[in-house]
Amino acid sequence: MKKRKQRRGDFQGSRINPRNFSRGQIKFYVILIPLAAFMILPVVMLVNRAFMPLGELFAFPPHIVAHNPTMNNFKSLFALSSTTGVPMLRYLLNSVLVTVMTVALNLVITILGAYTFAKKNFKGKAALFEINQLALMFVPTAVAISRYLVITRLHLTDTWLVHVLPLAAMPVGLFLVKQFTDQIPDALIEAAVMDGARELTIVRKIIVPLIRPALATSIVLTFQQVWMATEASNNYVNNDTMRTLAYYLNSLSTNNTVAAAGMTAAASVLLFLPNLLIFICMQSQVMNTMSHSGIK
Amino acid sequence: MQPVQKNKRKRHFTKEDGKAYLMLLPYIILFSTFILVPVIIAMGLSFTYFDVINEPSFMGLLNYITLFTQDEVFLKYVLPNTFLYALIVGPGGYVISFLLAWMLAQIQPIPRTILALCIYTPSMLGSVFIGVIWKTIFSGDQSGWFNSILLRLGLIDTPIQFLLTSDYFMLIMIIVSLWSAMGIGFLSMISGILNIDQELYEAAYVDGIRNRFQEIIYITVPSMKPQMFFGAVMAIVNAFNMGWIGVTLSGANPTPGYSGQLITNHIDDYGFLRYEMGYAAAISVVLLLVVYGFNLVAGRLFGDND
Repeated sequence: MKKRKQRRGDFQGSRINPRNFSRGQIKFYVILIPLAAFMILPVVMLVNRAFMPLGELFAFPPHIVAHNPTMNNFKSLFALSSTTGVPMLRYLLNSVLVTVMTVALNLVITILGAYTFAKKNFKGKAALFEINQLALMFVPTAVAISRYLVITRLHLTDTWLVHVLPLAAMPVGLFLVKQFTDQIPDALIEAAVMDGARELTIVRKIIVPLIRPALATSIVLTFQQVWMATEASNNYVNNDTMRTLAYYLNSLSTNNTVAAAGMTAAASVLLFLPNLLIFICMQSQVMNTMSHSGIK
Repeated sequence: MQPVQKNKRKRHFTKEDGKAYLMLLPYIILFSTFILVPVIIAMGLSFTYFDVINEPSFMGLLNYITLFTQDEVFLKYVLPNTFLYALIVGPGGYVISFLLAWMLAQIQPIPRTILALCIYTPSMLGSVFIGVIWKTIFSGDQSGWFNSILLRLGLIDTPIQFLLTSDYFMLIMIIVSLWSAMGIGFLSMISGILNIDQELYEAAYVDGIRNRFQEIIYITVPSMKPQMFFGAVMAIVNAFNMGWIGVTLSGANPTPGYSGQLITNHIDDYGFLRYEMGYAAAISVVLLLVVYGFNLVAGRLFGDND
């Protein structure tokens, strides 16, 4: 501390977001690096298990890294069919389809909702936004039963929509995008109105390009939810051909055979990779959005 | 939260209002159908006896009275478990994620991004994946990771059935939950800390702040109250949303000796296994109220109450 004071000779307070390395940072690295290692190690381990031959999976002592990596687990996973004869690829395809539909629908309704909340004055706005803010603390598992009743009453069971609709309206996503939209200057919109632009044109040409980071965040969050969701496949779909990869992984993981262990790990990796890649691609946009995430 | 703006004159519903509602309509429909209506139905059902087959019959407060006076499992296991678990994973996880975010803000951008990614990754894995990983680690035979370490260190002679006995079950649940708790609230706090105006710190040092601890208390936390509030809401919701963890790890509901039984498992137990929907709904309402209570406290601490 003293050294730094002498060297810089001035304010020695915040060292937030430093450009360069200094000795004062060592203590943070000493804490953060082992912790980050602890956080990521289980994931690394599982990814490695996906590439282990059967003999290695149950070795004692257990291996962290695959000594003889092989693609066999993936090969047998893709060759595998469920007990009802539905091939693995079908589940994968279902997952992709359901995820694309949900993310797209969520994007449209989030853009419209966020724009309306941020830039329109209408009756009941404050109350509605307050309700949405309360819904941030919504715990879906608490109302699984009444949700089930609603879905059966609407005859949504055994349809594709049952995968999509319950996850398409996401209070957190709308909240984040709305907070981000708040900072677009009203003058921009007013100018467009003067030029005779219609509402949807304003949204498409002005709003969407400016709130891209927030939309990226909303996509990441929705994707994580849908891609990993098992609720619909478990509760609302009885037809195996309409279930998703996450559901299939779940049923694989409860199967205690040696062969299943390798395939479970392989399926986990298949589920996890898209998630990680999407987040890495969008992480700077996510962080940009987060700076407007506060609840005031 | 923002105060409700009162219009000076009573305004009629105009064409502009209509347009706004038209654009909000898709969100309002889906939100109502899958969030609002289920909550209202749960409240309604909680005053009835309902077995799915027959029409619900009104019972008044009987479900709530039974829950708090007769339900031995609830009073003896579920309630204490839930509070212990929620306090450690909620506020505990929250403090940890703030400290991690604060430390990450003090290092250079590139290592920060990498370390933050490592810490954030577990939170995006989803229930199935988390189950697969930790069942492998705490597997009850010698190829289980933790058992093998303990065996090799000579601390135990025979493998421990971590996930089938009640001794360590709650501890494991808490570790796993904290591990996957550094999610979007954590990210929000990192950017909150990074965005604090540097001049505030300078001014504070002129005013006589002496050390890093005072800096956190007087500058960092008050300057990022909105992010602190958002992070708190996310931490609380996450703690209660992780209710499935015990059942996923043990593969059974109820968990071994009710050691990891949380209020969400109790709801599933009565709703989906015993088909006592009215009673399950009453437990749901209690859960929603508890979550709301926690959030009120967070609002008191970080909300805009000037």
